Amino acid sequence: MLKILKYSFKDLMRSRWSYVYFLFYLLLGFVLLFLNNDLSKAVITLMNIIVVLVPLISTIFGIMYYYNSREFIELLLAQPLKRTSIFLGLYLGVAGSLTLSLFLGLGLPFALYGLFKSGDILNFSLLIITGSFLTFIFNGLAFNIAISNENRIKGFGYAVLLWLFMAVIYDGLFLLTLIVFEEYPLDTFSLVATVLNPIDLSRILILLELDISALLGYTGANFKAFFGTRLGITSALLMLMFWLLIPLWTSIKQAKRKDF
Amino acid sequence: MIQIEKIYKRFGKNEVLKGVDLSIPQGGIYAVLGPNGSGKTTLIKCLLGLMIPDEGTIKVLDKPIKEQWKYREEINYLPQIANFPGNIRVCELIRMINDLRKKEGNEDFLVKLFGLEPFLDKKLANLSGGTKQKVNLTLAFMFDSPVMVLDEPTSGLDPASLIALKKLIRDEKQAGKTFLITTHIMQFVEEIADQVIYLLEGNIYYTGPLSGLYKKTGQNDLEHAIAAITTETRHA
Repeated sequence: MLKILKYSFKDLMRSRWSYVYFLFYLLLGFVLLFLNNDLSKAVITLMNIIVVLVPLISTIFGIMYYYNSREFIELLLAQPLKRTSIFLGLYLGVAGSLTLSLFLGLGLPFALYGLFKSGDILNFSLLIITGSFLTFIFNGLAFNIAISNENRIKGFGYAVLLWLFMAVIYDGLFLLTLIVFEEYPLDTFSLVATVLNPIDLSRILILLELDISALLGYTGANFKAFFGTRLGITSALLMLMFWLLIPLWTSIKQAKRKDF
Repeated sequence: MIQIEKIYKRFGKNEVLKGVDLSIPQGGIYAVLGPNGSGKTTLIKCLLGLMIPDEGTIKVLDKPIKEQWKYREEINYLPQIANFPGNIRVCELIRMINDLRKKEGNEDFLVKLFGLEPFLDKKLANLSGGTKQKVNLTLAFMFDSPVMVLDEPTSGLDPASLIALKKLIRDEKQAGKTFLITTHIMQFVEEIADQVIYLLEGNIYYTGPLSGLYKKTGQNDLEHAIAAITTETRHA
């Protein structure tokens, strides 16, 4: 598996897109710091961007990478290698390189701004950790879509729809339900609905850590009331872990049964 | 060496293999023949574990291959369509396969044989079809494995390379290797094959030496014999 990881990582480091992604974050980091002129404010703005943009980029990049590696995968499958290690290697390669771009792209401007001397280092690390989680989760989901769809256009369409649903439509439906059923107790419902969407989960996780009650909203307040801040963060991280492992597990299961 | 027992494979409604039974002893060149869509490539891909049969067992060196991967160390495979990642160079690809298989390859000899030296630094996306096939052949022949599976090895090759390929196959056969070759070039089969496996509509129609196929069809050259079988079943 490590050898596959090495080759897929090398391949990605050569691709233009990794650099575009890296430069984008670099620029974003500098611009935010320049505009906000304050580390903790920049972290909040960044959060709003990360929870929406990282899933989008990870899904699209993940699906593109899989379809572009079709030939590579076919070549590897005829070699004495385990199927699981081939797919795991590719997955870790693409998710790892995206995470690296995120880490370096945002880390550099913040480090230059004096992150290490400020009290915001913990908040910032949590932001990066959440971003990495989202990268791995949405890469896993993208692999699921790519493996089960031979047709690239279809796969691409599903990927964009998935992102749109998770990032935009889900929240709309959620809000609508809250309004329609406002006469009923909705604590449990909102708690469950938050857990079922990794984007919402990440947002609440960061808001809990930043401890900005004004931004928490109904679900955030609910989450906090139910778990408390510490337990809330731990349980949210645990849920994200589930969100990472389940798509990965299903995609490997699919890959094992697939004909090439 | 290879035992295939009652292999079934369907894609949706299309039943491609309908209970293929086949036993291949060690040594010799076996030509897998059959009309388009008769299941040759599917059978070979099942043997390599690229496709997973719906039913039946395949054994290589007396071990079932289901969910196994180690056995592929004993098999060299030449895919039908040379699909390579486009953005890497020929020499990098050769090095990578060497690294993945953890074996010493004799790629230098093959690169020379097929005249690939000027292309080593070129990216695979920029190679012509024939040159890609030569790279494909180099990768398939560079390791010393007892089983060689070649899917349409002659496609796109010029006469000089074809002669080199035939010599290579004969030399490797002398070394006791087992070849499984699919092709539509009957002249190629007549020149090198010891045994013929004829697949028809997902079943084995005939296995045995070439002469038996002539007798069975009442023809005296392979092209006509094969054509006779194909048209005979179409009329039936």
